[in-house]
Amino acid sequence: MRMGGQKARLVAQQGEPVSAYNPDDNPFHVSGLTVAYHNKPVLWNVSYTAPKGQLTAIIGPNGAGKSTFLKAALGLIPRLSGETQVFGQPVKTALNKIAYVPQRSAVDWDFPATALDVVLMGLYGKVGWFRWPGKSHRQKAKKALQAVGMEAFANRQIGQLSGGQQQRVFLARSLAQDAEVYLMDEPFSGVDAATEKAIVEVLRQLVEADKTVLVVHHDLETVNDYYSNILMLNGQYIASGPVETAFTAQNLQKAYGGRLASTQLEGLKAKSC
Amino acid sequence: MEIFLQYDLPSILLGTFAALACGLLGNFLVLRRQALMGDTISHVVLPGIVVGFLVSHNTSSLPMMLGAGAAAVVSVMLIELIRRLGNIESGAAMGVVFTTMFALGVVLLEQTGAAGVHLDVEHALYGNLESALWLEATSLNDLLDWHKLMLLPDEVKQLFVVTLLILIVIVVFYKEFKLTSFDPLLATTLGFSPKIMSLLLIVMVAVAAVAAFTAVGSILVIAMFICPAATARMLTDKLSTQLFISGVVSLLSGVGGYILAAFGPLWLGYDFSVSAAGMIAVTAGALQVLAMLFAPRYGILTRRWQQKHSALAN
Repeated sequence: MRMGGQKARLVAQQGEPVSAYNPDDNPFHVSGLTVAYHNKPVLWNVSYTAPKGQLTAIIGPNGAGKSTFLKAALGLIPRLSGETQVFGQPVKTALNKIAYVPQRSAVDWDFPATALDVVLMGLYGKVGWFRWPGKSHRQKAKKALQAVGMEAFANRQIGQLSGGQQQRVFLARSLAQDAEVYLMDEPFSGVDAATEKAIVEVLRQLVEADKTVLVVHHDLETVNDYYSNILMLNGQYIASGPVETAFTAQNLQKAYGGRLASTQLEGLKAKSC
Repeated sequence: MEIFLQYDLPSILLGTFAALACGLLGNFLVLRRQALMGDTISHVVLPGIVVGFLVSHNTSSLPMMLGAGAAAVVSVMLIELIRRLGNIESGAAMGVVFTTMFALGVVLLEQTGAAGVHLDVEHALYGNLESALWLEATSLNDLLDWHKLMLLPDEVKQLFVVTLLILIVIVVFYKEFKLTSFDPLLATTLGFSPKIMSLLLIVMVAVAAVAAFTAVGSILVIAMFICPAATARMLTDKLSTQLFISGVVSLLSGVGGYILAAFGPLWLGYDFSVSAAGMIAVTAGALQVLAMLFAPRYGILTRRWQQKHSALAN
């Protein structure tokens, strides 16, 4: 079972080309990523290839470098080493194929902008320098808002929205970007049940459209229900693969150490069987 | 009317253009939580101004503007360098660079003899709004006469050009400024470099600060970078509307402030006038207080009144 995938990953980790794979098929391939903040390593030599058309959860304890992994892989923060390829291209030249959804706390929600304004921003790359977004962009943005059930709030200032609604606006913005790879940083954090449902639905639709989706996820209880694959980090690479084979008590123990009570592990294990 | 055209109008124009140039740019400084960047920049440009002056021997000239712009860029780089190498927060780095550059400017000023020519400390603080004259004007028709208009003081023409330039830059880069101010990470992934946009903003701030400060002094410059934008923010939730309102507030402050300074004491029975630059800043401050109290959604008194009513309704 899955030995091929395991092997490819192991080889990639050593930075050697893998003969049997075509890099153009890989929507998101990270190799040897190392990041440090103020001389303290946060991520150590992480290599990972995201499965195409799958919904993958990035899990790991607090401070495991999950958000850092996404940001550094995109080149949004400085890295010590490592590179990212998107369909065989260096990430710098392929950013238009990627939609990144930052944590909600990354922006100032007091900013004078409406929900529609924020979604429109996702289209600025297509609008291009100096030009102003037109009617067709506006329509596209409205459609994206509709997809997350927020069309009624299009003209509401973003600070007047609830946390869940703000998260949905961010999601709509990434949909408007019409990317191939979606990288989301904790979209489920602090949202209401209705939003959680809406987000899950959108994620499913993305996967159905053969998009590759990576989501930083905190709630281990729901990993089984929402995702088909996982990537487990703890400052370094711990495990990855389909939920059934990689989301094991052994790997969780490795990533979380004593931070997960054994009863919790048992519960999760029972669930995944 | 002749007296108004010759003595008051040039000063009003000077104050208003200065207010507009700074007030419009201030929107982005306030939104980026960099309101004090205007303060910093208006000080770090001093060595650039002095060097520019030494090259050109003229107090309202392109070399001074270029020197100021260069000094601003150098300062931004120094701030970034100190922040990275020293591992300290940008506020502290800003403080170090800002005082050092200003001190360098003062030393240059003292050592090179530029101090004698209108470039003194008092001038830098309070400006010289009232000294602008348009003695060639005789009737209102002169306002439409190109040759007569060209005889307006150099500072007025220069500030007009700078204000126009800032207006054009804001209109052309509106989308880019909005995006990089709100979400620099998204901007990066979309290919709009936040670094380039913030450098452009800083250079524009430096140009506005220099053009305005020879005329109206650094106190008014700092007030204008903050007050109109902060006032406008209280009154709307839309960025384009905010820019428009901040422009109107700048205009009101410029014209209203001058009139209050020139004629206010007269109306009260005194026979003197007060500093126009100071009064413009005071007017802008007063408008901001009014907005803070009575703004439709964010005003303190408005909110209280609404709470009372909703409490009564329940």
